Amino acid sequence: MIVGAIGLIYGFIAAPETVEDVKEMMASEHHGEEHAEESTTAVNVEQLPGGDNVEMEDVSGYESETSHADETHAEAGAQAGHGEEASHDNEHYEHILHQLQNKPWAAIYVAAFFFFMISLGALAFYAIQYAAQAGWSPVLFRVMEAITAYLLPGGIIVFVLLVLSGLHLNHLFVWMDPEVVAHDEIIQAKTAYLNVPFFLIRAAIYLGGWVLFRHLLRKNSIKMDDATDNVYFKKNFKLAAGFLVFFIVTESMMSWDWIMSLDPHWFSTLFGWFVFASLFVSAITTIAIVTIYLKSRSYLEFVNDSHIHDLAKFMFGISIFWTYLWFSQFMLIWYSNIPEEVVYFIQRMEDYQLPFFGMLITNFLFPVLLLMNSDYKRVNWFVIMTGIVILCGHYLNVYVMVMPATVGESWFIGIPEISAVLLFGGLFTFIVFNSLTKAPLLVKGNPFIKESKHYHY
Amino acid sequence: MASKVVHAIYRDDDLLLQAVKQIREARYHIGEIYCPFPVHGLDKAMGLAPTRLAITSFLYGLVGLAVAVTMMNFIMIEDWPQDIGGKPSFSFIQNMPAFVPIMFELTVFFAAHLMVITFYMRSRLWPFKKAENPDVRTTDDVFLMEVDAANHNIDDLTDFLYKTGASEIKLIE
Repeated sequence: MIVGAIGLIYGFIAAPETVEDVKEMMASEHHGEEHAEESTTAVNVEQLPGGDNVEMEDVSGYESETSHADETHAEAGAQAGHGEEASHDNEHYEHILHQLQNKPWAAIYVAAFFFFMISLGALAFYAIQYAAQAGWSPVLFRVMEAITAYLLPGGIIVFVLLVLSGLHLNHLFVWMDPEVVAHDEIIQAKTAYLNVPFFLIRAAIYLGGWVLFRHLLRKNSIKMDDATDNVYFKKNFKLAAGFLVFFIVTESMMSWDWIMSLDPHWFSTLFGWFVFASLFVSAITTIAIVTIYLKSRSYLEFVNDSHIHDLAKFMFGISIFWTYLWFSQFMLIWYSNIPEEVVYFIQRMEDYQLPFFGMLITNFLFPVLLLMNSDYKRVNWFVIMTGIVILCGHYLNVYVMVMPATVGESWFIGIPEISAVLLFGGLFTFIVFNSLTKAPLLVKGNPFIKESKHYHY
Repeated sequence: MASKVVHAIYRDDDLLLQAVKQIREARYHIGEIYCPFPVHGLDKAMGLAPTRLAITSFLYGLVGLAVAVTMMNFIMIEDWPQDIGGKPSFSFIQNMPAFVPIMFELTVFFAAHLMVITFYMRSRLWPFKKAENPDVRTTDDVFLMEVDAANHNIDDLTDFLYKTGASEIKLIE
């Protein structure tokens, strides 16, 4: 097994090199972006003949940068002319400038958060296995532990990004901009919660807590390999239960802080669950994909079809759960049609129509139809294929949660987005597989390991 | 009855499962097994064809979905459009989110009910039907296996069944 592990290290040594490449790409892209946009925007303005008035001009209240963009400029950008007022032009120009300056940052943020949430979800799944004393899953524990290894570096990356936002190096969070807050009563009322120091302290508490729990669980799991009794198993059981309580509170607050506060005027009471469903299904999918990959390289011969079947069941079930939450959130707000709430979805339906509704196909229709048949859940390449589609879909989900608030209608999945995904994807893969090599791939000393090996559905 | 069958009674589901495998290996034919509760893996052990009930259920679900779509389209769009919450109901697709709960419920309703009815018909069950199980204890705590005696030596078969763990054996002519 150790020899196999060394082989793995060798196989993944290539990863950091590509990561470096992507980093360079990112850097050049970033600069290019800022230079390039002056010309593109100028062209835009020239092309537009002065003509129709901007339709939604009457929505004049200067809300936040973003909602301002949606209300006044959403339709303006494409067809309506607005060359009439020079001042308005400048405003619009400046606006797009901000959006495009935000774009690479937002691209990094989406990708960093996406891979971070996978490892966080894997930790939650792992803790649930311990807390529920699951008998089927211990053969997969090392895979789950390896995926959670990304929690620390991924968390640091996300935290650094948040700090950079706090230092005003980027404008992802409009409420961090004192000038915006000065003109915005709604955000003013929220400053007791939404202020930079408290925001960062909270982020540090969540991340610190998660990383600490992960560290202890992993340490006990390694010690369990040589243990003769169940002391470490009991310790992990208690830790896992404690983690889940801590997690469900902090995860919810994390989703408000890191994602919902991008739209500081808007709120949804089930947002935490919604983000949770997304991160959970991505994590389970990643566990399934990594497991199948390792199995195909014959490292996990003790994992049988029934284990894959169970993971696929989870993918299927949690995909439906995600859709349920997506729809619950969407339908109530869409139906009640209260302006301050529905603006969130109007923006997504008008400017982000393709990813917003495309998500339903990748995250719901596809997994439901492909994984509905019991036998298909055992066909490995079926699970892999569905898994890749699910992961793309949940990347889009994060994208659609973050982008409208940060770049408005100037979104595009181009080089910054793809290279950010490649960068963090490469780092993620490297860390996960590196961590797989650090310990035997089969846990020992877990009282359920025998049951798990013989697990048969 | 023209053919003779042997009724063997087992008292434990694990024992039963084990016995089914041994009996099939010995090339005896098992006609039917009566259980007080579903035994996991018994259908596979008996070599029964996989159930097609799931497929019917999926098709019924599609029927339910189609019924819901047609119904809501007729009621809310064609026949009597209303302006509810500032959403004029002139197009199905734009009002679709409001119909999703109904579409979902009817899908589940059709799939579930029609599947149960199919199951009853397929198992030839109907109200007031006389029970078919040969021993009332199979509704409580014992498992009864019906083995075709056919041309086998009855004594050999009986001995063999006792060896597989049967607690009682009866020959039915």
